[in-house]
Amino acid sequence: MEILQLTIAGVAIGCIYALIALGFVLIYKATEVVNFAQGDVMMLGAFVAFTFASLWKLPFFVAVLLAIVVLAIVGAIFDRFLLRPIIGQPTFAAVMITLALGMVIRGVATMIPGWGTDTYALKAPYSDGVLRAGGVSVSTDHIAIIVLTTLVCLLLWAFFKRTRVGIAMQAASQNQLAANYMGIPVRRINTLIWAISSGVAAFAAVLLAPITFVHSNMGFIGLKAFPAAVVGGFGSIPGAIVGGLIIGLVESYSGFYLPEGFKDVAAYIVVLLVLMIRPSGIFAEMRRKKV
Amino acid sequence: MRFIFKTRYEQDLQIFRHRVSAGWYAALLVLLLAAPFVIPDYYRSQFVFIFIYGVCGFGLMLLSGFTGQISMGHAAFLAVGAYTETILQAKGIPFVVSAPVAIVLSSITGVIIGLPALRLTGIYLAIATLAFGSIVEEILARWESLTGGNSGLTVPGVKLVMNKLDGEIEFYYLCLACVIGAGFVVFNLLRSPTGRAFIAIRDSEVSAQSMGVNLSAYKTLSFALSAGLTGLAGTLYAHQIKFISPEQFTLAVSIEFLMMIVIGGMGSLHGAIFGSIFVISLPEFIGGIKDYLPQAVAEQTGLKSTIFGVIMILFVLFEPLGLYGRWIKIRTYFSMFPLYKKGMFQRQKAYQKSERMR
Repeated sequence: MEILQLTIAGVAIGCIYALIALGFVLIYKATEVVNFAQGDVMMLGAFVAFTFASLWKLPFFVAVLLAIVVLAIVGAIFDRFLLRPIIGQPTFAAVMITLALGMVIRGVATMIPGWGTDTYALKAPYSDGVLRAGGVSVSTDHIAIIVLTTLVCLLLWAFFKRTRVGIAMQAASQNQLAANYMGIPVRRINTLIWAISSGVAAFAAVLLAPITFVHSNMGFIGLKAFPAAVVGGFGSIPGAIVGGLIIGLVESYSGFYLPEGFKDVAAYIVVLLVLMIRPSGIFAEMRRKKV
Repeated sequence: MRFIFKTRYEQDLQIFRHRVSAGWYAALLVLLLAAPFVIPDYYRSQFVFIFIYGVCGFGLMLLSGFTGQISMGHAAFLAVGAYTETILQAKGIPFVVSAPVAIVLSSITGVIIGLPALRLTGIYLAIATLAFGSIVEEILARWESLTGGNSGLTVPGVKLVMNKLDGEIEFYYLCLACVIGAGFVVFNLLRSPTGRAFIAIRDSEVSAQSMGVNLSAYKTLSFALSAGLTGLAGTLYAHQIKFISPEQFTLAVSIEFLMMIVIGGMGSLHGAIFGSIFVISLPEFIGGIKDYLPQAVAEQTGLKSTIFGVIMILFVLFEPLGLYGRWIKIRTYFSMFPLYKKGMFQRQKAYQKSERMR
C-alpha cells in the first residue's frame, strides 16, 4: 500500500507547487513578466500569517484571511511601483527586477523583529491528525491541502469564466493592445492580477507551513514550482496545475524508489526532458511569430 | 569635443578609436602592473577577485549581453572549470595544460546545455539553464570519488609550467594576463563576422535568420565560448579561494553574475569590468556603513542581499544601461558642454513587442 501513500503525499506537495505555479502563470499570462519573487512572496505570506496567528493570537482562519488580504495589497504595491514603470522595456528588465525583489524580500524578512532567521511552527487546527483506512495512513495536512487547493482552483476558474473582471483579464492576456482599445483598463487589471497572484501565494504558504515550518528560506520552494509551470507550458492555467502534480508525484516516487539525491533534482530532470520533447511545455499554444 | 574623420575603412576596425584613448588604456595597464608593489596585500587579493569576476563577466556578457540568451546556470561552468583545474593540478599537471583542458571541458558542457537551448527562448531558456545548474551542483555533491562531495577539495598552489608560483604577486599577474587576454579575445570576436552575427541574433532572431545567419550554429558557439571563458575564470577562482565545495557554485552565484553584468551595463565590455568592480567592492562598502546602522539591521546576514537587490531595482528603473551607461552620459555631458540635452539618451518603449509569439 506504500504506493498509494506515496501518491497522496506526492499529490499534496504537487498541489503546493501547483498553487505557486498558478501565481507565476497568472502574472505571466497577463503581463508577460516572470515573477521570480513568487517564492519569496509566499514566504512573506507565511510570516504574515504566523505573525497574526502566533504573535497576535488571532483565530487561525481570521489570520489566514488577513494574511491573504495583506499579501494582495503588497502584490498590488509591487506592481504599481516596480513593474508598471518598466512596461515596454525588454523582458530582461522585468526578470532582473523580480530577481532583485526576491532578494530584498528575503533580506528584509531576516531584519524584522520577531521574524529573523529562526524556524517557527505554524499549526493549523486540522494539523497533526492521521486518517487510517484499510492499511493506508494519511496525514490530515495532506488531505486539507488537496481539498483546499481544489476549492481555490474551482473558485479561480469560476472567476475567470463567469465574472466581467475575469473575462477582461482573459482579454488582456490574449492581446493587451486590443484589450486597451476595447476600453479595458489594462494597467489596473495587471495590478489586480498581481494582487490575486500574491494572495494565492499567501494561501499556498499557509497550506505549506504546517509541513515545512516557517523560515526565511522557505521561498526556495518557488524554484521547484518553476519547473512545474514550465512543464505545463508557461501560459496555461490547467497546465500549471497538471505540471505541479507531475513534479510532486515524480519527486515523491523518486525519493522512495531511486537512490538518495535524485529527489532534489527530480523536478529539474523532468523539466529538461519535457523541454527537449516539447520546447514550450505540454499545454503550450504553438504559434510562430509573424513579421 | 573630438571629431574623428574616417578616411579609410580600416578605421572602423581599429581597436582604439584614437590615440588619446590608447594612451588612457596604456596608463591603466601601467597602473595595474605597478599596483601589487604599492597597495596592501588585502586590496591586491580584492583586485584578483575583480579580474576573475571580470573574466566571468566577459563570458556572460558575450552570451547575454551580445547574443541575447539568458543563462541562470553559469555557476555550473565556473564549477566545471574549478573542479577540472583542482583535480588536474593535484595530479601535478601544470597550468598551461590544465587551464586549456578546463576551458575545453566547460565549453563542452556549454554545448550540451546549448543544444536544447536552440529551440528554447526567453523564460524557457532561463528555466532550462537553471535546471541544468542545479543538476550540476547535485552531481558535484554526490560524485564523491572525484569531487570529494560536500566536504570539498583543497586546491594546491598554482604550478604554471614547471615550478609552483611561489608568490601571490605572480598569481596577480597571471590573473591580470587572463583578464586582458579574455577581454581581447571577446573584443576581437565582436569586430568579426561572428560577433556581428551574435548581435544580429540578439536584436531579432527572425531578421538574423533571413539575413542568412545560422541560428543554431551561432547560438551553440556563443554558449561554448561563454562557458569556456567562465571555465577559465573557474580555474583562477579555485586557486584564489584555495578550497572548493558545491556550496560555492549555487544558483545564488549564477544570479550574482547576472546582476553583475546588468549593473555594469548590458551590451558593453566595459560593463563587465564595471560590474565586477561593483560586486567586489559592495561588501567593503557595506562593512564601512555597518557601524552607522541600528544593530538589529547591521547584524543580519540578509543585509548584503537587501542592499544588492535595492541597488539592482534602482538601476533597472532609472539607469537600464548600468554603470557604463551612466559613465557614457557623464562623458558626453562634459565633451559636449553646454550643448547636452536630456533627451539624448531617451529610452524607447515598445508596446507591440511580445515574447509569447516567436
